[in-house]
Amino acid sequence: MKVAVVVFPGSNCDHDAYHAFKHILRIPTFFVWHKETSLDNPDAVILPGGFAHGDYLRCGAIARFSPIMRDVEAFAKKGGPVLGICNGFQILIEAGLLPGALLRNRSLNFISRDVHLRAEASDTPYTSRLRPGQVLRLPVAHGEGNYFADPETLKRLNGEGRVVLRYTDANGRLDESWNFNGSTEAIAGIVSEGRNIMGLMPHPERAVEEAVGGLDGRLILGSLTDRFTRRAA
Amino acid sequence: MPFKAKVYVTPRKSVLDPQGKAVSSALHALGYAEVEDVRIGKFMEVRLAGDREAATARLEEMCKKLLANTTIEDYRFEIEEERS
Repeated sequence: MKVAVVVFPGSNCDHDAYHAFKHILRIPTFFVWHKETSLDNPDAVILPGGFAHGDYLRCGAIARFSPIMRDVEAFAKKGGPVLGICNGFQILIEAGLLPGALLRNRSLNFISRDVHLRAEASDTPYTSRLRPGQVLRLPVAHGEGNYFADPETLKRLNGEGRVVLRYTDANGRLDESWNFNGSTEAIAGIVSEGRNIMGLMPHPERAVEEAVGGLDGRLILGSLTDRFTRRAA
Repeated sequence: MPFKAKVYVTPRKSVLDPQGKAVSSALHALGYAEVEDVRIGKFMEVRLAGDREAATARLEEMCKKLLANTTIEDYRFEIEEERS
């Protein structure tokens, strides 16, 4: 298995993602600069967090037109797994690869802290290590993570089991007081119709070591690598 | 002929506008009780060449492609000839 981490000008979680895959999960991992036109044949693509192109105009709006995005879209349309974390989620939405929008946080504040999330689906390439209802704890750090979708889109997402993570309390209970950014139905992460594209606001790549951030990030990133390493074994 | 376009991008009515809400409460706090709603959007000035018809069509395209996210935003623009 090989993992490609796309680097945009302003990406700042690219090295965290690289570290998590390369050194913790021990998967060959490489960076791809956004000006490249080919991904160089990876098995999975990560769009990392940060502030691609300075978040000018709207988060992800300019990054989605970076030259590499054509190949990312082609890879995704062929069913290749693409994981967008935080700013990467915003880019996937701007690219039209995931539905909805990410608005300013309800409080207008940039929020950086650990949150609890409840897994809603285990039948995705990113959640096979999780069972539905399982609670995990991951860091968030964003100003624009307030997920919005019109009622029709929400109905589809729910009906097709495509809401993968929601913000909850430590016991997995949904409550508006734990929905720190104001997301519609406390949505923290979703997958595409083909389930191969996932976007989430929390940072699994910052929670892969006991000493910093805990280990729950491995549940998501490890689910992805399991698919390939188990098949190969 | 160069044109100057004024492009207005505003959050759709169905979309929560947290900035507008905050400014609205600030205005209320300042005693402007008559304020019913504030919506905050973006204003852009785009200078472009070509004839008016082409400029209009191209601007329409630019708005849809990049300047506005039509999932959450509405846009409109005005075009005027630029005096040299």
